[in-house]
Amino acid sequence: MDKDYIEMDMLRFTTAGSVDDGKSTLIGRLFHDTKSIFEDQLEAIEQSSKKRGDENINLALLTDGLRAEREQGITIDVAYRYFATPKRKFIIADTPGHIQYTRNMVTGASTANLALILVDARNGVVEQTRRHSFIADLLGIKHIAVCINKMDLVGYEEEVYEKVLRQFSDFASRLENISEVTFIPLSALKGDNIVERSENMPWYKGAPLLYHLENVYIGSDANHVDSRFPVQWVIRPHSDKHHDFRGFAGRVAGGVFKRGDEITALPSGFTSRISKIMLGEEEMEEAFFPQSVTIQLEDKIDISRGDMLVKPNNQPKSSQDLDARICWFSNSKKLTHGGKYLIKHTTKTAQAMISEITYKVDVNSLRKNEQDKEFNMNDIGRIKFRTSEPIFYDTYRRNRNTGSFILIDPFTHQTLAAGMLR
Amino acid sequence: MRNYNLNHLQQLEAEAIFVLRETAAQFERPGLLFSGGKDSIIMAYLASKAFAPAKIPFPFVHVDTGHNFPETIEFRDKFVKEYGVDLVVGLVQDSIDRGTAAEETGLNASRNALQSVTLLETIDRENFDACLGGGRRDEEKARAKERFFSHRDSFGQWNPKNQRPEIWNLFNGGKGQGENFRIFPLSNWTEMDVWQYAKTEGIELPSLYFAHERNVIERNGMLLAITDFVSPHEKEEVRKEKVRFRTIGDATCTGAVISDAANLEEVVAEVSASRVTERGSRADDKRSEAAMEDRKKQGYF
Ligand SMILES: Nc1nc2c(ncn2[C@@H]2O[C@H](COP(=O)(O)OP(=O)(O)O)[C@@H](O)[C@H]2O)c(=O)[nH]1
Ligand SMILES: [Mg+2]
Repeated sequence: MDKDYIEMDMLRFTTAGSVDDGKSTLIGRLFHDTKSIFEDQLEAIEQSSKKRGDENINLALLTDGLRAEREQGITIDVAYRYFATPKRKFIIADTPGHIQYTRNMVTGASTANLALILVDARNGVVEQTRRHSFIADLLGIKHIAVCINKMDLVGYEEEVYEKVLRQFSDFASRLENISEVTFIPLSALKGDNIVERSENMPWYKGAPLLYHLENVYIGSDANHVDSRFPVQWVIRPHSDKHHDFRGFAGRVAGGVFKRGDEITALPSGFTSRISKIMLGEEEMEEAFFPQSVTIQLEDKIDISRGDMLVKPNNQPKSSQDLDARICWFSNSKKLTHGGKYLIKHTTKTAQAMISEITYKVDVNSLRKNEQDKEFNMNDIGRIKFRTSEPIFYDTYRRNRNTGSFILIDPFTHQTLAAGMLR
Repeated sequence: MRNYNLNHLQQLEAEAIFVLRETAAQFERPGLLFSGGKDSIIMAYLASKAFAPAKIPFPFVHVDTGHNFPETIEFRDKFVKEYGVDLVVGLVQDSIDRGTAAEETGLNASRNALQSVTLLETIDRENFDACLGGGRRDEEKARAKERFFSHRDSFGQWNPKNQRPEIWNLFNGGKGQGENFRIFPLSNWTEMDVWQYAKTEGIELPSLYFAHERNVIERNGMLLAITDFVSPHEKEEVRKEKVRFRTIGDATCTGAVISDAANLEEVVAEVSASRVTERGSRADDKRSEAAMEDRKKQGYF
């Protein structure tokens, strides 16, 4: 048991689907069938189900946590859920399906390795399916599992599965980042193809959902090529014992750093060598994404939060004029041409002024709209902007960590938008 | 090419350290809520890793109900000394004496809910603009929606319907006058992760977490330890059991579980086989279905 546990890795996935496609039931089912529901939780759900007059115990109540959600029977915010099998620990971002909550799906997708997209077998691919797939792709998710749910309601017919597969493949060709789409016919309610292969669908030759989640290979998704170390905090102990100690604390955002490596500090451009890499008191030979470490250099050079350590022969782009796709989050503030915001990119905060609103994307048709440029909450599109100082970045496609940013309202401090650099 | 993989504990550790450093960088005066329970001990341990060889750059804050197991306070003081940090204590008794909090009465009276009042008063008095808490999203369903950086309005309240979206790891700690943040570096940890990590890293935990003999009574389906604050009512039978605690909170409402697990190894084995959540042993969450949500809205941890 113990050894297994130490060899477990982690998969983060997000769930998407229209209201009532069965997301909550599916998550409840995964928990139930992997024995991740505890007795007191089950008991509490049973009681709530009875109170609501539900016929069966309602597994959806496990994820629908807040009072308002239980009363209205809907999911209104991102809920994070955890379960583990001997192979993997799973972090689920359960996001709501309503149009007005697109920003929550963006939030859930931003850190996910995989998107689980539910389709009601009776309805096939609908507008929401396209929207969710588009968002998953936009946020750089490489793996999609299309779960064709409620197969029990369509007689477990292979035809239905084939139809969804055709419908989905039709528009999936327009998605840019996704490298793998898997289709799984299932019934969340009855448990078909969740943990065990379903006897009701002998025509399905693929693996059940849990097997897929346990085995999908994500090892090559992160960027281990372009070394990037945004400095978060400078450690200076001011003690007699560590009088001259200067350590640069941060989290590797890409690539690998080894002891002895030559580095360039940006924006100063000074170079030095790594003398030590530490995690706490422990010294290590190398550090890679997503490790949090402290780096010491051979030379005393002036480096502070917001600076970035890179390799001299592999530097990020540097510019004050940036081009990005964004998702607008605010319901009170509108994006305006000439508008001034704060930008947070890696550990750096600067000012940004919008120089062009290029287009909005109709997430249903995936068409660009260059006429309507009014961004309201949940709108997605493309902008250009200028920053008060150079930003060191990679395209979002190349590196999620150095290609992402948020825009913040300088007055209310609200997070206004999420952006992906091109 | 070499396989650059971290196991899940290493990933959680890296994430927590990142959050702790962001807190130090983005706030003027953060405090670390330290109850002497395992989650806050793990958080403090991670903080020492995050800033080594420098000292942890924030004081520890203990909101003290006065209903402590003596072992907790002993451990707290030893720990604080070892790490060389300042300790700020907020006493619930002071809030009661000031009249800002009223003692509950009745059979199940507890000071648990009063902690919110004292916490907010302590934040005010000490001018904290952020408090690091050991809360985990797997603890309770209202917590499952909590952010790493959780914004609180100037009344210290949490508004679950209007939380800031939290995208990637770009935490926005911006705030207006009088507002502050609760920050939860262990958000993505489960109870099992905490125990496993303690074991892997050899982290010392209070003796209450390991099986020992103790006089207990059964009340509301829970085993409560007989202490200065819990005495048997009529008809309640005191018996001696070998128990341990899965969480350590206010002695009046923290239930013990019958156990033989005497060390981390055995605890890990026991937790992995357990069929009840650790919150299942806390009376404060059993009061109503939305008990935790209500307390959090009012400023609870
Ligand atoms: N027959 C059938 N009903 C299902 C299935 N999955 C979910 N449902 C039902 O569909 C309804 C909506 O499910 P829910 O999980 O709340 O959907 P959500 O809005 O996507 O979270 C509930 O009444 C479920 O019991 C399924 O596989 N088969
Ligand atoms: Mg739901």
